[in-house]
Amino acid sequence: MKRLNIFLLVTLLLAACAPATPALTPTASGPRTLTVMTHDSWNVSADVAAEFEAANNAKLQFIKSGDAGEALNKAILAKGNPLADVFYGVDNTYLSRAMDEGIFEPYNSPALADIPESFKLDPANGALPVDYGDVCLNYDKAYFAEHNLQPPSSLEDLAKAEYKDLVVVENPATSSPGLAFLLATIGHFGAENYLGYWKDLRANGVKVVDGWETAYNTEFSGSAGKGPRPLVVSYGSSPPFEVIYADPPIEDAPTAAIVSDDTCFRQIEFAGILKGSQNRDLAEKWIDFMLSTRFQEDLPLQMYVFPVNPKAKLNETFQKYLAMPDKPAFVSPADIAAHREEWIQAWTDVVLH
Amino acid sequence: MDSSVDRRGAALEEKTKDEGRTTKDRSFTSVLRRPSFVALLLPTAFLILFYFYPLASIFQESFARSKAGALAPFVFAFTSPSVIKVIGFTFYQATLSTLATLALGLPGAYLLARYRFSGQSLLRAFTTVPFVLPTLVVAAGFNALLGPRGWLNLGLMSLFDLTTPPVNFLSTLGAIILAHVFYNTTIVLRLVGDFWSRLDPRLEAAAHTLGADRRRTFRHVTLPLLTPAIAAAALLVFIFNFTSFGVILILGGPSFATLEVEIYRQTVAFFNLPLAAVLSLIQLTCTFGLTLIYTRLSASLSLPLTPKPQTLIRRPLKTFAARLGAGLLLLTLVMLLLAPLGALALRSITRLEQPPVTSGFTLAYYQELSVNRNNSLFYVSPLQAIGNSLLVASATVVFSLVLGLSTASALIQSGRRSALLESLLMLPLGTSAVTLGLGFIVALDQPPLDLRASSLLLPLAHTLVAFPFVVRSLTPALRSIKPRLRQAATALGASPFQVWLKVDLPIVGRAVLVAATFAFAISLGEFGATAVIARPEHPTVPLAIYRFLSLPGALNYGQAMALSTILMLVCAAGILAIERLRVAEIGEF
Repeated sequence: MKRLNIFLLVTLLLAACAPATPALTPTASGPRTLTVMTHDSWNVSADVAAEFEAANNAKLQFIKSGDAGEALNKAILAKGNPLADVFYGVDNTYLSRAMDEGIFEPYNSPALADIPESFKLDPANGALPVDYGDVCLNYDKAYFAEHNLQPPSSLEDLAKAEYKDLVVVENPATSSPGLAFLLATIGHFGAENYLGYWKDLRANGVKVVDGWETAYNTEFSGSAGKGPRPLVVSYGSSPPFEVIYADPPIEDAPTAAIVSDDTCFRQIEFAGILKGSQNRDLAEKWIDFMLSTRFQEDLPLQMYVFPVNPKAKLNETFQKYLAMPDKPAFVSPADIAAHREEWIQAWTDVVLH
Repeated sequence: MDSSVDRRGAALEEKTKDEGRTTKDRSFTSVLRRPSFVALLLPTAFLILFYFYPLASIFQESFARSKAGALAPFVFAFTSPSVIKVIGFTFYQATLSTLATLALGLPGAYLLARYRFSGQSLLRAFTTVPFVLPTLVVAAGFNALLGPRGWLNLGLMSLFDLTTPPVNFLSTLGAIILAHVFYNTTIVLRLVGDFWSRLDPRLEAAAHTLGADRRRTFRHVTLPLLTPAIAAAALLVFIFNFTSFGVILILGGPSFATLEVEIYRQTVAFFNLPLAAVLSLIQLTCTFGLTLIYTRLSASLSLPLTPKPQTLIRRPLKTFAARLGAGLLLLTLVMLLLAPLGALALRSITRLEQPPVTSGFTLAYYQELSVNRNNSLFYVSPLQAIGNSLLVASATVVFSLVLGLSTASALIQSGRRSALLESLLMLPLGTSAVTLGLGFIVALDQPPLDLRASSLLLPLAHTLVAFPFVVRSLTPALRSIKPRLRQAATALGASPFQVWLKVDLPIVGRAVLVAATFAFAISLGEFGATAVIARPEHPTVPLAIYRFLSLPGALNYGQAMALSTILMLVCAAGILAIERLRVAEIGEF
């Protein structure tokens, strides 16, 4: 019985302490807190964040809210009483949802002057472009060398007999690169013909999985997971990262991205000041900072995306291993907004059922 | 027979108790003084604040967004063939998975309950480990074993000189069922095994003496006594399978969809909140209906018994046949539950090179875990991540035990009228994590309850899942206490709290440990982690694993495997530690 009482006592003590420990919040005096709501892939260098905090007497608080779609949904539902001052991480496939719901306050940042017009998709400047990444096919170099096979150089190639059963893609309904690749096929073949192409791909043994992790780690033969398929829908940035995170260190990337015209889709990510923010001035400073070279140069190694500010320089590994498409396939945000659900549903019926 | 006498006795006691209460119930103040009412205050407040209120808020918000009126999404759902197909598949795979889990779990429970063999507690601890593993990690384990380049296929290919992998396991219904068995067998092993290990062996001995053979004894004595525990375990397993998400998405692939998967798809891909709300309601109604049927049944099934200490019951494996049977069963359990874990652990210390696939031993992935290469703000050392996970898990254990114990005690005291209440308590388990997560955002947004970005929300969300579990593992044990014991204590002058402390708690001590283990495991495995907003300053182990898996590069994949192995070991160690906390055994009064 004694032991039981001790157990209970410990339990009660734990109950008393537990809530207090993780719920520590900064004190009222001192630096002001700027809250930034983002998706789970958000990352930044410690010294870059510290620099902003020191320069603005601010304390940055980041809250991660799931994948890009989930995070945006949460921001929309908190519209009346926002959780944060700034939201970062809505991309051009979701942009229309954010604009329709009106979650952002326009901000004509002076830093926008440096940014090319092609990235600016919200005329009201509620959502400001921060970075971009290309969703491209990646291939396993060793497989194609071993089989004396040329890697495909167009979307049409994927439907050819020599690439039968070699391709793995993600489901556009559950994966953001999956949706981007679907949009690439729509951009290239047009909304009337893309379904016919997908029928051919299906006949040619394309494999569909739920998300990037399964496609890349489990199915793709060029990754550490050593799966069976040598062609995967991934990012243009994946090959340099195979070098940066190789084990043991290697000189040449085991994979490469296919960047021929009209095969990739460019995802542009935006940030904006949330309507109802109590720290508008600080939020503006943070947006300016995100567009500055200091932050923009930090982006690639932390989040595997690239700066929209042309003044920002890429490090050596990227310069050496990164291939960028000259002409990604294009679908306008207005078209995406109008047909997104319809396209995904039609794709589901043709490819999965 | 002993048990039927007991049953009649119990019925009599129940009746006198009820009569006593009806006379007392007349005045309102006496209601307030009733121990069951007081005990239910805290759990009720908890559920209303963190469950019903957020859920109602998100439903209200969702239906308000329906342009064609609140009824339209219902009409659409019930006339859409694809939605009906999804509902059908959800039931179908959950039923198959539950049956398969019982088929493996029940013999395993028998073995663990009735026999003594070396390595038993290790086996118990490690069979719980699957419960905490993130789905992506489990998928990696199954892939290493049964995938196209897994051991099985590589072995068969070299054995029969094949050029293509003969076993096509991933993206099949079989993969879904096997993964569910992998995850949930521990529920049967623990809930049923524990109850079984305390059944008075004299009941069976008496049946033998009266001439019943082993089969008859099992059918007429053991099985009826076990039924409440089996039903409780089956219900929990079914609900987990019914609301399955990650397993369906990742191991089943895009051609399978359960309600939970469809809710996610409608919410995230289509932002069709009205339809998502209808699907959520359908899922809830099914869970509620099942639980209601179960509580009705179990109330009439459960028998008051005097549990016996395990030491009296467990016996060594003596005969050759017993050893052979036990050996085969253990082999199956190990193959199914432990082999994928082993494959992961092996992968975390193996470096694969290609082609051809050769391997070498390495500790690089473990070493890399403590390096912050890019000076990332959110880098977390493995020790910190474990610390964060353990902190959240301890808070979850405490919250859910406090809530669960008071609820279970109150349920027992208030007798049969509680079927509805008991079913309501199970609802959080059957609730879509996606829906509830949005509910938190909509509802908990005003001080003093602006918890949307609070770190406290994480243990609270875990408690929502763990707490029904605790109630479910405690009620069969509490029901088995003979009311006589409580009445005797009361007659000797004990207050209701003293009765609870001195009678109920010691007898159910073991069940409390089982409950604590589950609460611990549930929290460590981050059930429904998507439901709440994470503060990246305090990442837990599963979040750190997800982070590594979402990046290209051999080093990242290796680190994910290494951290998963660490999570398995922490979980096993935690469970062994909880089991060492020996609450006063029955018979040690």
